[in-house]
Parts: sequence; C-alpha cells; structure tokens
Amino acid sequence: MMLTELSNLAGTDSGALEGYNFAFLDEFTKREIRRKILKAVAIPGYQVPFGSREMPLAKGWGTGGLQITLSIIGKSDVLKVIDQGSDESVNAVNIRNLVSRMTGVGTTSDTGRATIIQTRHRIPEEPLTGDQIAVLQVPFPEPLRTIEPSEQVTRRMHAEHDYSGMWLHLYEDIVKHGKITIGARYPCLVNGRHLMDPSPIPRWDVPRLHKSPVIHLFCAGREKRIYAIPPHTAVEPLEFEDYRFETEDFGGKVCERCGSSDTFLDEIIDDATGNARYICSDTSFCEKRQRGEDV
Amino acid sequence: MGYVLVKGGSEAIKNAGKLVDSLRSAPPVEVPQIRGRLRLSVDQVMGEGGLYAPELAALAIRQSDGDLVAASFLIRAYRSTLPRIGYSEISDTGDMFVLRRISSAFKEIPGGQILGPSIDYTEHLLDFGGMGVMGDTDADADQEFGAEKSDIPKFKKVSDLLRDNGLLEDAFADDETSDDARDEPYDITRESIKFPAPRSARLQTLARGETGAMLALAYSSLRGYGSVHPTIAELRVGHVSLCIKHPYTGNDVSVGDVQVTECEGILSGVGATEITVNNRFSLGYGLVFGQNEKKAISMSILDGTMRVSEPKTPAEDQEFVLYHIDGIDAMGFVEHLKLPHYVTFQSSLDRIRAVRSEGAGEVSDD
Repeated sequence: MMLTELSNLAGTDSGALEGYNFAFLDEFTKREIRRKILKAVAIPGYQVPFGSREMPLAKGWGTGGLQITLSIIGKSDVLKVIDQGSDESVNAVNIRNLVSRMTGVGTTSDTGRATIIQTRHRIPEEPLTGDQIAVLQVPFPEPLRTIEPSEQVTRRMHAEHDYSGMWLHLYEDIVKHGKITIGARYPCLVNGRHLMDPSPIPRWDVPRLHKSPVIHLFCAGREKRIYAIPPHTAVEPLEFEDYRFETEDFGGKVCERCGSSDTFLDEIIDDATGNARYICSDTSFCEKRQRGEDV
Repeated sequence: MGYVLVKGGSEAIKNAGKLVDSLRSAPPVEVPQIRGRLRLSVDQVMGEGGLYAPELAALAIRQSDGDLVAASFLIRAYRSTLPRIGYSEISDTGDMFVLRRISSAFKEIPGGQILGPSIDYTEHLLDFGGMGVMGDTDADADQEFGAEKSDIPKFKKVSDLLRDNGLLEDAFADDETSDDARDEPYDITRESIKFPAPRSARLQTLARGETGAMLALAYSSLRGYGSVHPTIAELRVGHVSLCIKHPYTGNDVSVGDVQVTECEGILSGVGATEITVNNRFSLGYGLVFGQNEKKAISMSILDGTMRVSEPKTPAEDQEFVLYHIDGIDAMGFVEHLKLPHYVTFQSSLDRIRAVRSEGAGEVSDD
C-alpha cells in the first residue's frame, strides 16, 4: 500500500475535537478491534488477545470498554455510560464526556434510548433489546486467575477444557465456609464450552446474561483481551446440584425512593442514625419508577 | 459527599480540576526550561511513554505537576492517536555519535573510556548555593565541549572484540522462543504479548518499562533472588540516526537522531553457565531512550535473567517481570481502587452475612 493511501485510511474525519480523528483512535486501530470483536463473537466466551492501546484514561478505569465503544460508535449512535449502576458517577461522567467530545454523538441516561451502553459492574435493570449493544469494562478477563497465576497455564486449561481446578476451588469453599463465597465476578460457562469472567457484576445480574437477546461485548484494556456473549447464548454460573448458585438476598428490603423490591439495592449508612437504608443501584431505572413510567 | 449517589458529578469534576490549578502557586515554568533543566526527567518520560518527543515530554511533565509516571501516561495516550505508517530500518549502535562510554570489563578499551556527562564521580552533597535562582548555564561549557560531529570517531564495541575472539555468542544467538531470531521483531503495541515471549517482545516491553519497577526487580536478582550477575562490557550514551525506506525511491532516508543509552552486560555470574551456549558468554542487552543508565543496566540484567530456562525467582519469570514493570498499567490499576466499588462490596457483604448466619459465627479470614 502506498503512503498516500495509508494516510487516507488514517483519516481525519473530524466529528469532534480539533486535531483528533473521529472517535480518537486511528482507523487502523478501529479496524483491528472490530475484527477481534468478530472473532470473539464467533467463539463465545473465548478471550481474544488484541493490541490494546493506551487511552486518555488510566488503565483499570475502563480503557477496554472505551476502546470497544470508540471502535463501534457511529455518528447516529446514542451513548449511555454507567459506573456501578449510576450515570452520574465521576468516572462515568468522565468517559461519557470523553466519547462525546471525540465523536460529537448524543448521550443519554435513559436506558431505553441508548444504542450503546458502556457499563462498569452492572447490567441495567431495564431489559435491553436486540437493537442495543452492551459494552462491559473488565478488570480481570481470566476467571481461572484466582487459582492459577500464569497466563501460559490458564490458556492451556481453556484449550483443554480443564476446569477441574475451579470446581475444586468451589468445593473447598463450601467445605470451609458452608457456602460458595464468591461475591461479584461469578465464573460462568458460556455456550457450554468456555469458562468466562462476567466482569465484576453482582451475582444478581448473572442470570440476566443467559440467553439474552442482547450482544454483550467485554474488554480488558490492561490485560489486552476481548470476549463476547452473542445474543441468545447459554450463560450458566457454575453450581453443584446440592449447592446452587445464589443471587444476593436483600431480605425483603425495598428501595426507599421508588419502592422497588425487585432491583439490586445499594446499602447506605444513614448519617444521622447510623442505620442502613436502601436505594436502587440503577439510578436511571429508579428515576423512571419514581416518575411512574412502566419499566 | 458520596461521589456516586449525588447528582452533579460533572460539576464536581470541574471543581476538582480548578483546585489543582489553585495549587500551582509559582509562576508557570516554560516548556523549554523543563526540557533544558530537567533533561533526565524528559528522557525517562520519553522512554516509558514510548515516544521520542522531548518537547511533548516536557509539556507532559508540566501538565502532570512533575509526576513522571503520569507524564509518561499522557505521552502514551497521545501516541494512540498517531497512525503507524512504517518502521525504521535497523540502526547500528556501533555507528553511534558517542557522548559517554565506559566498560567495567576491561581497563583499557580501544578508543578509550570516555566519562562524558556524568555525576557518578562527584560527592552527592545538597548544594545550598542553588536555593535562590538556579545558576545560569555555563556558557563556556558549550564552547569548551562544542566539538564538531566529524571530529569524533566511531568506537568499535567492546562486545565486538569479545565476539571476534569467539568468547561471546552470536548477536543473533538462537532464541529458543522464536523460529528465527532474524524474523521481523514482535511489536507488543500492535499484538498483545504471548508467552513464552520471543526476545524481541521481551526487549520491547523492557524498553517501555517503568524505571523504578525495573530497578527493583533487577536489584532483587543481584541481591539474592537470582544468580545472574552481569559485568558491563560497555555502557554508552549517544546519538544514533534513524532511517526509513523512502516509499517511492526505496532508498534509505535519515529521519533524524535519537539519543539513547545502551548497556551490554556479559552474563558471567554464578548462574550464568545455565545460559552459556557452546562455552561462550551470553549478553544481556539494554537500550533505552535518552540518558537513563540505571534503566539500561536494569534492562540488561532482566534480559539476562529471563533467559534462564527454568525460572526459580521472580526476576527469572517472564510473566512476572513483563506483566508488572509497565508503570502505566500498574499505576492505573492500583489507582482504580479509588473508584466506587459499592456494588461489588455489597455482593461481598451479602456473602459474609450468609456465611455468618449459617456457620455460627466462625468466619475464616480468607
């Protein structure tokens, strides 16, 4: 390829900030990431290595999710960014502003209106549709890392479908504590083949990945891995017949703002009384319920 | 103020930035001042940022209030916006315009030892005379040392002398992890590293590594957790020119000079026999941007330690070294702990409460 063609490809189709390409990344990078996404979709739950770039956001703060979002976003998209369920968390605000400045696309906090939802540690309560793309930020892509520090070894374990170490880990947990004590990041088997770390979503959100109509894209920038759950794919948390997977139990508590008893709740320590209060973790959903919208 | 529950995150971010501004109490430092007076900081940032751009590195240092890892991070992030349109031809550091070269292997080396710019041999006493305005540049120094490039000869490398005598492995010694060491080098910025990593990938990762992290790991190997102990055949600082193939004429065209520090360490320590092939010494190699001698030496040590076939210590374990020396990765991930973890912690609370209610209060620390 000649240099002139290359520079055309590298393009400066500015939708936004002066001096930067549309969506920050150069077009070669976007193309590479989109190809890796396609591979990830073709092998559900398999971690595809990619040449992760440094982003204007610190590693561990959503650089993986950001690279996916910037690689797939187009001018007609509408973006929602949440951090632990909240659109107003400082890091979510920062990421949303960054993408918006670099692309000029519209943003929203309304889950229903968004075409791309970048999220850290939650799946929105409002059911997503097949027209939407969920992009999850991932700190640890490797579910086996808890039992094996070496990447070389864990990749071989996946190749050989050798998950006995993880089953043993769960068994030992039960022997020691009487229960499986994994909080968030509950290991799941995807499409009956690959063990996958669903990112640190609470166990509450895990069943909502199972056969979901939505495409879920996962990306760990620091660890340089992309993986995906295509629509309608089986996602099964590891469990034993006599020790089942359990979601978080809020003991019948309801959100004090919207009255929901069917959402994941944040526990707030009351300044005045020191007692616990409960409100929805998903702020956009909570507001809709408060306004009486049907969600 | 809870920083996720309260509306108005945007406003809070703006104000936090203004507060940082308010702490910049002295008159602004000019970018050329940083470049000229904090040159080793600039060099470190260019190396760890992976971009040879002294002006931008100086700008980044100012913008990050002197935090060098943060400055390197700004440079790396900026680097992502630049398309990769080509690779340079191979530069021979034997052709280096040398400012400084020392050898700890031989007292006399052809061409002689040249101390060059270095404060190694002075007393490290805090100079209170400089408390006021820093002294002006010594204008005479420029005149005194401003030799023409053509006056300065090229120096044959000490490693070449050893190699000529059959005492040192071939420069392209068989690399157990690559089919052919002469293959195009691996590029970790375009392909994520795989293990066992070819030597080119290891060297590239080391070249971008954080100086302090590499220093610590290299030190661990020297001090007790390892046995590779190099003798510095040659440490040289100077300029090498970079050429690319002209896209139309196909000729080599110089695109400029970079200043580098190169360290070639002969692996002659106790454990080095393990990596000695055909009764020849092996070489640990370090090459970094600018003048950063502790990093170049650390790099040559770690290049050596990672060639041990059966790793027994952290510095010998490729995954341990290469995954943990990147300052930008490490800083970001350690600092991400400042982000809200309300949901994940709620999940943990749920589990510990469940265990407590079932297990009659006996809870393991795990």
